[in-house]
Amino acid sequence: MAAKTRRYSARDMAVLVIGLGVAIVVNVGVIWGPALASIGLSGTDWSGIGPIEWVGGQNYHDLAAEYPPFWSAVRNNVLWLGFLALVATPFGLFCAVLLDRRLRLSRFYQSALYMPVVLSLAVVGFIAQLVYSSDYGVLNSVTGLSVDWLGDSSVNIWVVMVAAAWRHVGYVMVIYLAGLKAVDPALKEAAAIDGASERQAFFRVVFPTLRPVNVIVLVITVIEALRAFDIVYAINRGRNGLELLSVLVTENIVGEASRIGFGSAIAVILLAISVGFIATYLSQMFREER
Amino acid sequence: MTVTASAPRAPSRRVRPLRILLHVFLTLVALGWLLPLALAVYASLRPYDETARLGYFSLPEQLTLDYYTQAWSQAELPRYYLNTLIIVIPGVVLTLLLASFTAFAIARLRIPGRRTLLIVFTAGNLLPPQVLITPLYTVYTMIPLPAWLSDSMSLYDSYLGLILVHVAFQFGFCVFVMANFMRTIPEEINEAALVDGAGVWTRYWRLTMPLCRPVLAALSTLQFTWMYNDFLWALVLMSSGDKLPVTSALNNLRGQFFTDYNLLAAGSMLVALPTLIVFQLLHKQFVAGLTLGSTKG
Repeated sequence: MAAKTRRYSARDMAVLVIGLGVAIVVNVGVIWGPALASIGLSGTDWSGIGPIEWVGGQNYHDLAAEYPPFWSAVRNNVLWLGFLALVATPFGLFCAVLLDRRLRLSRFYQSALYMPVVLSLAVVGFIAQLVYSSDYGVLNSVTGLSVDWLGDSSVNIWVVMVAAAWRHVGYVMVIYLAGLKAVDPALKEAAAIDGASERQAFFRVVFPTLRPVNVIVLVITVIEALRAFDIVYAINRGRNGLELLSVLVTENIVGEASRIGFGSAIAVILLAISVGFIATYLSQMFREER
Repeated sequence: MTVTASAPRAPSRRVRPLRILLHVFLTLVALGWLLPLALAVYASLRPYDETARLGYFSLPEQLTLDYYTQAWSQAELPRYYLNTLIIVIPGVVLTLLLASFTAFAIARLRIPGRRTLLIVFTAGNLLPPQVLITPLYTVYTMIPLPAWLSDSMSLYDSYLGLILVHVAFQFGFCVFVMANFMRTIPEEINEAALVDGAGVWTRYWRLTMPLCRPVLAALSTLQFTWMYNDFLWALVLMSSGDKLPVTSALNNLRGQFFTDYNLLAAGSMLVALPTLIVFQLLHKQFVAGLTLGSTKG
């Protein structure tokens, strides 16, 4: 670069070292340090007190072989991801496409759709109980069924995912709407002049230009699916069909039996999955920045 | 513009019914989306024995605000609101201060390793909290604090501990958004100040920060909502019930053996109210905050 290395005064250096120093210490001390420590702890049988003993891969073996909730949780997390990615996200995109034109009442539709985004997932969990309650919930009243939606472990994950999607759709829609606004209108016009139907114009012209937005939405969806916790915890503490990896980690430390080593092993599995996605996302993000 | 493009192919007569269909569809979706919320409000206004007899989907015999007074006074919600403010206000302010300075250093000063820093900070924000919660919990119980800072004598079960974890966790997202924003500010302003001999702090605080007002407004709206809605951190890092923030305290409204869902609905509405108000008032900022992080610049 043409610019010479700038000299910073002693005061500048002090400001920089303090400012960035605090930032780095906080980030490493609270985020990355503990995340890496999880890996170390996952190889021990520590219970929070007493000596730490190294057991190697024992926790992982127990997890896979002797801990039934683990496989239910893996299944539920995969379902959760699939549901958000294949149902909620496309629906959010669909609503965004519909709303991306001058419509009367557009503001009302948008507000209604992303109202749930500002709600805490714990509150969503409580509202879900009013809808799905077996004795006097609305769903049973309206349909005349008497299904214990939240208590029956073969259906509860599905209805809870619908509640989670209620919130996810609005989130996805806002992001796509912003992305669509940024698409050059000349592209659509050109497609229309060339005789493309609105559908063709969207799938062949507009959608490909949304690629960066798609990546972001994909990552948000994956992260949300891995983070899912509050909603099932508010409903039944994540038991009886609502097991999730995040709940198992928490249960193993705040529960009565504090099994730090074992809980960490589950955390490491979460870490491994999320780091894969995060790396993909960031490499995409920073490659485009050049 | 769209008129000229579509006019030759689609006469307006053909467009009309489609438009109506579109409105019908969107209205149905919007009402469907509002329904659960409306239902919660409705349930919270009706006595338990009535809904137990008739179900939630029935005409009211009696509407009452009793559950709101009950949640407000018996469940001591005001105290929990205060706890939330004690955590969220310093949390938002500190996050934005720390993040804006870091973003300034990354976007505007040629410090070595700035790219790596940005990547590490951003990635940290994307981790699921459970990945770090176990060691964090352990470390928190081991860090002693003087009694005037925390009556539990440790970082565990203290307001400070919760503020710290919020700041650390949200920091990455804010740095990412602000660094992107600061890159759009013309470099010349910075250069001119540099020639005038302005130091790093002056260029950050007096020059860059005032230009960042829109992004600061958007981020504080978003961060307020996120920190307010937190459920997990307080659940794991707090043990005294009387220090819980309001979202986590909601769980206390569930009885051990019996839960009055109407009371819970009233509590949920009271907890949701501040975020809904913020959302209505600062609608633009909220949406801007969400999309700033996703579409760059």
